[in-house]
Amino acid sequence: MGNLGGLAGLFAGDKQADRIVPPTGFTARLTGFTAAAMAFLTVFALALSLATGRLADRWSAELAKTSTVRISAPDAQLVAQSNAVMKILETTPGIASARLMTEAEQRALLEPWFGSDLPLENLPIPSLIEVVEQEVGPDMDGLRLRLTAEAPGAVLDDHTRWRRPLAAAAARLRLLGLFSMVLILGATAAMITLAAQAALAANRQVIHVLRLIGARDSYIAKAFVRRFTVRATLGACVGMLIGMVGIFALPAAAEEGAFLTGLGFRGWHWLIPLVIPPIAAFVAFWSTRFAATRSLERMT
Amino acid sequence: MHALIELKKAGFSYGGGDIFRDVDLHLTKGSFHFLTGPSGSGKTTLMKMCYQALMPTTGTIKVFGKDVRAMDRDDVAIVRRRIGVVHQDCQFLDHLSVAENILLPSQVSGGDVNQDLGNLNQLLKWVSLTDHMNALPPQLSGGERQRAALARAVILSPEVIIADEPTGNLDWEMAQRLLNLLIELNKMGKTVLMATHDMNLIRASRQLVSARVLRIQGKQVHLAGADL
Repeated sequence: MGNLGGLAGLFAGDKQADRIVPPTGFTARLTGFTAAAMAFLTVFALALSLATGRLADRWSAELAKTSTVRISAPDAQLVAQSNAVMKILETTPGIASARLMTEAEQRALLEPWFGSDLPLENLPIPSLIEVVEQEVGPDMDGLRLRLTAEAPGAVLDDHTRWRRPLAAAAARLRLLGLFSMVLILGATAAMITLAAQAALAANRQVIHVLRLIGARDSYIAKAFVRRFTVRATLGACVGMLIGMVGIFALPAAAEEGAFLTGLGFRGWHWLIPLVIPPIAAFVAFWSTRFAATRSLERMT
Repeated sequence: MHALIELKKAGFSYGGGDIFRDVDLHLTKGSFHFLTGPSGSGKTTLMKMCYQALMPTTGTIKVFGKDVRAMDRDDVAIVRRRIGVVHQDCQFLDHLSVAENILLPSQVSGGDVNQDLGNLNQLLKWVSLTDHMNALPPQLSGGERQRAALARAVILSPEVIIADEPTGNLDWEMAQRLLNLLIELNKMGKTVLMATHDMNLIRASRQLVSARVLRIQGKQVHLAGADL
């Protein structure tokens, strides 16, 4: 609480103390620009992270509710086995509906790979049954055993082998987004520390005079910490706003759900970037305090 | 009498050579000391040791009864508020006005703003700088800068005033004027230590103040006699 109080106290302001440190245009611009750039990048990393999270959820949800039964059998047995499978599916708890795909639907599925002239009737194409599950799905292991017994050519595919790598990839992307944000914070802290050290070195004479007239090091450090924290916070506000405008200006998510058009914030997620300036202020506060304390210790 | 600043066998070496050694000095309350000696004799070094800008390499220094080696940085800051220092080069913050510079010690020590402003007006009148209060230090003449530095040194009403060659760059009239201000402070009970190599100034002060004259010679501090 003490530190948060100190942070809040910095923004309360002390006009006289502010004037003690002479204005230095270069480090001021550098700190503001760094904070703005980092806040801008954080908004995009945040949007990426949230978008991949949504994507992972959607892929998992869509694929989790459906499964497919593929029946590969000689022509003479294909219809009988398909009917047997349909019967089993209709009586299995947890299945909302099951539908044998028509020849036209199968042709449509294969068309992107083999073209429209595919002589489907001459090929040994398996029958496909699309299964839609209820909220609580069926016992997949039990269903597989029944299908094997009644229709030896039937294979149940609950999409697990598709779902897992997709969900893993999306989770990995989300992790990368979060890691990027941590890196951005670290880089911000490093840049502000360097800028603060440069400012302290440039104001060595001011510090010397302040010490001669009885200023404590904590007073001197506070003057620098306040200046850099305020600059970084203002820079972060500007960067955050530009980033949010940039995200807002992206094309809206298409119905097809293309990934890039889904990059953005939805609903209350628009409020999340608002935490960036306070975090930037916190990082700037500690970075400058660290730099000031170390520099003042070294100055004799 | 109890010494406000006390040096016992104090010495200072730099780069392998002694600047001075075995210095004994007692600055008691209300005393006035001149410190004289040729340029480079160590007057500034000795004064810096009195306000802890330098630590002695040998011997001990006690300021307000406390050994300087036992002080941490906060202690030093507190002690410096009780010692007003006037430097030859004034040591102003050039981006602040004269008034702001004079108020700085009060500001950094968290003083009462209203009381400080009252003191500031009195001080500006005392050093005849009321008309220059909003000027920047580089806009002042040498004498005005020294008077402003003196005002800054006394705004916290310190017990000790250390003036390092404050008249070094001033003409005779201005030097006397500044000396008179220091004598006024001494008559108010302040302890004054003033470095100068201007013997005429010291002689001129004899009718105005009972001062001891210390001379740095042969790396040691001696009490000067009637040979002045």
